[in-house]
Amino acid sequence: MVEPTDLQLVASLRGGDEAAFRQIVREWNASMLRVAQIFVPSRAIAEDVVGETWLRVLNALDRFEGRSSLKTWVFRILVNTAKTRAQREGRVVPFSSLQDPGRVPEAAVDPERFRPEDDERYPGHWSSPPRELPEERLLAAETRARIAAAIDALPANQAAVIRLRDVDGWSSEEVRNALDISEVNQRVLLHRARSRVRQALEDYLGTETG
Amino acid sequence: MNAVEALSCQELVELVTDYLEGALAPGDLRRFEEHIAGCGKCTTYLAQMRETIRVTGTLKPEDLSPDAERELLALFDGWARR
Repeated sequence: MVEPTDLQLVASLRGGDEAAFRQIVREWNASMLRVAQIFVPSRAIAEDVVGETWLRVLNALDRFEGRSSLKTWVFRILVNTAKTRAQREGRVVPFSSLQDPGRVPEAAVDPERFRPEDDERYPGHWSSPPRELPEERLLAAETRARIAAAIDALPANQAAVIRLRDVDGWSSEEVRNALDISEVNQRVLLHRARSRVRQALEDYLGTETG
Repeated sequence: MNAVEALSCQELVELVTDYLEGALAPGDLRRFEEHIAGCGKCTTYLAQMRETIRVTGTLKPEDLSPDAERELLALFDGWARR
């Protein structure tokens, strides 16, 4: 299943169409950097990896068969390039963080906010419940800046998944294919990322309600 | 009460993403919805998760710095002229 636009795009790139290249670079670059940073330790190296990826993509265009979308194909090459670079940098590639994120438990909400398990009447029920957020401030520039900062503060694997899913609007299947992770692991990473960002939103908006 | 044990709030918050992704097994889905129907606090929590997703969706990809864009375009031109 290939959108005709993918093949058209490939034809444009092969023909040296700079405008077509600029457009996909602008569209994908931020996400490519996020994904690269799962594997390599710095933004500067991630930028290198993205450049190297594009070169590999361009050189391999003749071999693009359209069995996956162009985007998925490019991100698969990106992941391989980033892994190779991480090895060259002597960095232990955090496979476990992508392949087995559930190994280390992480609560969506601070356990202190619930009644203890041995509570006589309501074990595990809210003791410090969330309050409604002020709708009128949700989309304020400052709120959005806080959300962006919260995403920046996430572990790289969570940041990449929430960015692809919730900022770029990818489907879970696209993310799974691009990052080569299972459906469950994709969901674990998304859950943790969204839970932490929700907490940041609550911390910011919940404390200043007048 | 059902024969199946009801969810606590602490258990429910861990299922929210599975719920929103449509990935809950039928039994868990029923327990989730039963809990939400009777718990205003978890209803608020679920609303906050939806609001989080909505606000995140309004973020824009960071603009590509002019330098980075120039470098990538130079790379492309070099390749195209090969």
